[in-house]
Amino acid sequence: MDADIFLILLQDGVVNGAIYALLALSLVLVFAVTRVIFIPQGEFVAFGALSYATLDLGRTPRSIWLLLALGAAATVCGLWTQRRTLNRTALAMLLSETAVFPLAVAGLVLWLAPLKLGVAVEAILALAIVTPMGLLIYRVAFQPLAEASVLVLLIAAVGVHLALVGLGLVFFGPEGSRATAFSSANFTLGPLSVPGQALWILGFTALLIVGLYLFFGFTLHGKALRATAVNRLGARLVGIPTADAGRIAFGLAGFIGALSGVLIAPLTTVYYDSGFLIGLKGFVAAIVGGLVSYPIAATAAIAVGCVESFASFWASAFKEVIVFSVIVPVLLWLSLRSGAPAEEE
Amino acid sequence: MKIPAIGLLVLLALPFVPGMPSYWVTLLDMSGIAATTVIGLVVLTGIGGMTSFAQASFVGIGAYTTALLTHGGAVSPWLALPVALILSGIAALFIGLITLRLSGHYLALGTLAWSVSLYYLVGNLDLFGRYDGIPGIPPVSVAGYRLLDSRAYFLLVWAAIVLSLLATRNLLDSRVGRAVRALQGGTTAAASFGVQIFRARLLAFVYAAVLAGLGGWLYAHFQRAVNPTPFGLDASIDYLLMAVVGGAQYLGGALLGAGLVTAANDQLQDLLPRLIGGQGHYETIVFGILLVLILQLAPEGIWPHLIRRRARVRPIVDVAAAPTRELPAPGAPVLQVQKLRKTFGGLVAVNDVSFALNAGEIVGLIGPNGAGKTTFFNLLSGVATPTDGEIYFKSEAISKLSGPKRVARGIAKAFQTANIYPDESVFQNARLAALAKVQGSFALEPFRGSRRLREVDEIAGAALEQVDLGSVAEVRAGDLSHGDKKRLDIAVALATKPEILLLDEPVAGMSIEEVHKTDLLIRGLAKRMTVLIIEHDMDLIMGISDSITVLHQGKVLANGTPAEIRASSIVQEAYLGGYEDTLAPHAPGAP
Repeated sequence: MDADIFLILLQDGVVNGAIYALLALSLVLVFAVTRVIFIPQGEFVAFGALSYATLDLGRTPRSIWLLLALGAAATVCGLWTQRRTLNRTALAMLLSETAVFPLAVAGLVLWLAPLKLGVAVEAILALAIVTPMGLLIYRVAFQPLAEASVLVLLIAAVGVHLALVGLGLVFFGPEGSRATAFSSANFTLGPLSVPGQALWILGFTALLIVGLYLFFGFTLHGKALRATAVNRLGARLVGIPTADAGRIAFGLAGFIGALSGVLIAPLTTVYYDSGFLIGLKGFVAAIVGGLVSYPIAATAAIAVGCVESFASFWASAFKEVIVFSVIVPVLLWLSLRSGAPAEEE
Repeated sequence: MKIPAIGLLVLLALPFVPGMPSYWVTLLDMSGIAATTVIGLVVLTGIGGMTSFAQASFVGIGAYTTALLTHGGAVSPWLALPVALILSGIAALFIGLITLRLSGHYLALGTLAWSVSLYYLVGNLDLFGRYDGIPGIPPVSVAGYRLLDSRAYFLLVWAAIVLSLLATRNLLDSRVGRAVRALQGGTTAAASFGVQIFRARLLAFVYAAVLAGLGGWLYAHFQRAVNPTPFGLDASIDYLLMAVVGGAQYLGGALLGAGLVTAANDQLQDLLPRLIGGQGHYETIVFGILLVLILQLAPEGIWPHLIRRRARVRPIVDVAAAPTRELPAPGAPVLQVQKLRKTFGGLVAVNDVSFALNAGEIVGLIGPNGAGKTTFFNLLSGVATPTDGEIYFKSEAISKLSGPKRVARGIAKAFQTANIYPDESVFQNARLAALAKVQGSFALEPFRGSRRLREVDEIAGAALEQVDLGSVAEVRAGDLSHGDKKRLDIAVALATKPEILLLDEPVAGMSIEEVHKTDLLIRGLAKRMTVLIIEHDMDLIMGISDSITVLHQGKVLANGTPAEIRASSIVQEAYLGGYEDTLAPHAPGAP
């Protein structure tokens, strides 16, 4: 291996790592706020990428039907759980979130999709389809289980993952898709040829990290989310609606997943089930961060990306084996450091 | 003869029912093989409270071990069996050692990564035949007879199930097994019980893996070929689904779940592509949604519901054991006291008290020390007999009835100072109360002894769950905190399935947090029974009661809603000696 190849692999690793970092941030966020180990995170990536790629072809992504179905289910769930407390305002809020918004998005997509208005509009539409799914899935699957144990929530997350992968196959078919890049520019940096898309990815990752930092540090919603993450009961006692915090966290997870998907769609061929492995790599990073620290998780994600890119050069068949084995020394280290057995949950 | 044993015999006969298509027999074989693996998950997840996504990997280790050893006829399958089991166990030991010290989700995520990793490893190594796997695995022979037919093979599967069930039951009944059980619902409790958590977890994990290894061995010699797919992450998820569907805490649930999911999987794989069009694993959609729904609607799985339904089919058991009380309509009078009087020599402790309690109410009984509250309670619960007057429980005069008989009618009392057996476990305490409840019918049904005991266990368990002590069920009662002791006392009362619950100072000496917890508990209980409560904590009693009766020097001084009592000048004067701030602790200007 010479220096050129090294640099190319490094570049690859960092770009992929940036995506894993986004997912790791989202996973840490969701776990901290709702205690859900969000296995289906990767499905949002696949849905985002495939919706974007479909729009890119000037066709209507069938994921809007999933959005509408989820909206309908969430409407029913919401009406049922709030049947005793429902007043006009609550009803309006519920319906605007579970019915009006999904319908508006679906209508917009049906209208705009054939027009091929360019990558920016298509990317935004893809985000608009997938982001609310996160929130609606929380309402349908996890909110009724809010008091359950971490393990029950995890099993439920696996259930959601199964359903979404199956639906992904129904909606997008078994063929993979690749989309147009945001920019066709290519920069030459010494031996490296940096595609514009890679810069978009790094830029968005940085932007999102800064955005999350500002959100958590300086906004009321962000602080409420942090409070919920630290102590759920305590947060509730001081008047923070923890269910809202859960919805925000899942909405963010949907957004981050969809954004990751839109970003990688031009770089790699995405299949309906690609999201799972991508999400799991985000997990490897999140675990390295102990599921609590954003900066460590983000750094670890870059490292995971690099391990993956070098592994695929040296032993491509064992790429996944190597990436997922990274977790072993980390767990060993965490285990030795913890000494005493930890609390359940 | 016990029901499970009958069930197992029926199961044994199933493939030999004339006309049973061999297609279904094959499904039975597959279900049975899955069941041995899921029995391991019952120990690990349902009882030990840990979630692993590596169960299918251990099945794979068992299957590949025997495949490598036996293909080409090198080694007899029977010799390969112990090797397969040992290797599965060693692999689990390794993973367990590095993940089980960490909190539960690390095991889940660690095994998830391991599962993916192993799948790709096996799929890329020549030794394991890459993704093609290893063909040509010989059948198992028993006494020279080769088990080639799926009916014959079922006998082997069935034997494996029975052995697994017996071994698991023995394990759970053993000392170590109790340690594993104590793991669920919080390790702090288990730790205070003296359980070495890490070792108990490791044991459960390794045990589950060994059973999975057995499943793998059965699988390999049934399919006569192995490839990586049935041992991937998806398969692990399927096993978990089986456990959750059937009822992760029940051995019967493992069998039921394995059967249902295997059959559903098979049918849906056939049906859904025809409905949706195209090819694909659409059954995952149904399974995913099913998994979430079951967790939401029946987190304990299907098995316990079946058991309960069967009990309803034979009402004789239900009626004799625990008369299901029909709650009177809310507001209907359940207890009426007429001119009740109790004198101790010259002292009139309770002075012609008349009083009524309506169904579903929470009634507070307050009064200064020596007002006669506790004596009044003792008269109601039968600890003391009245000098004069009468008590009617749903129009039956009960003042001559003994305490236990009143308990049997549905009046239970939790004591001012917790009245528990400190040397018995929390569960044993609740059990004794429940036992006292159903004892009367023991003699009638000598043949259902063990059945009855299980019912006792269920009642006791439910009572503990109601007061949120389920997690410390195995703790010595004397070691409980003060607040928990008082709640155990309430659980003991609940285990007698009362209609009226008398609570004597339930929050005395509790911390604010414990008071809050008890407050919520009582409110919850009031949905199912009528509660009469003596308490000095004014915040609690004013907040919780529907109405309040004030006793003063053995007489009823006032009656009314909390607001009326708070506003009553007679009460303020007589009961508080003019120190009104106690009743309104947050009034402005309070010292």
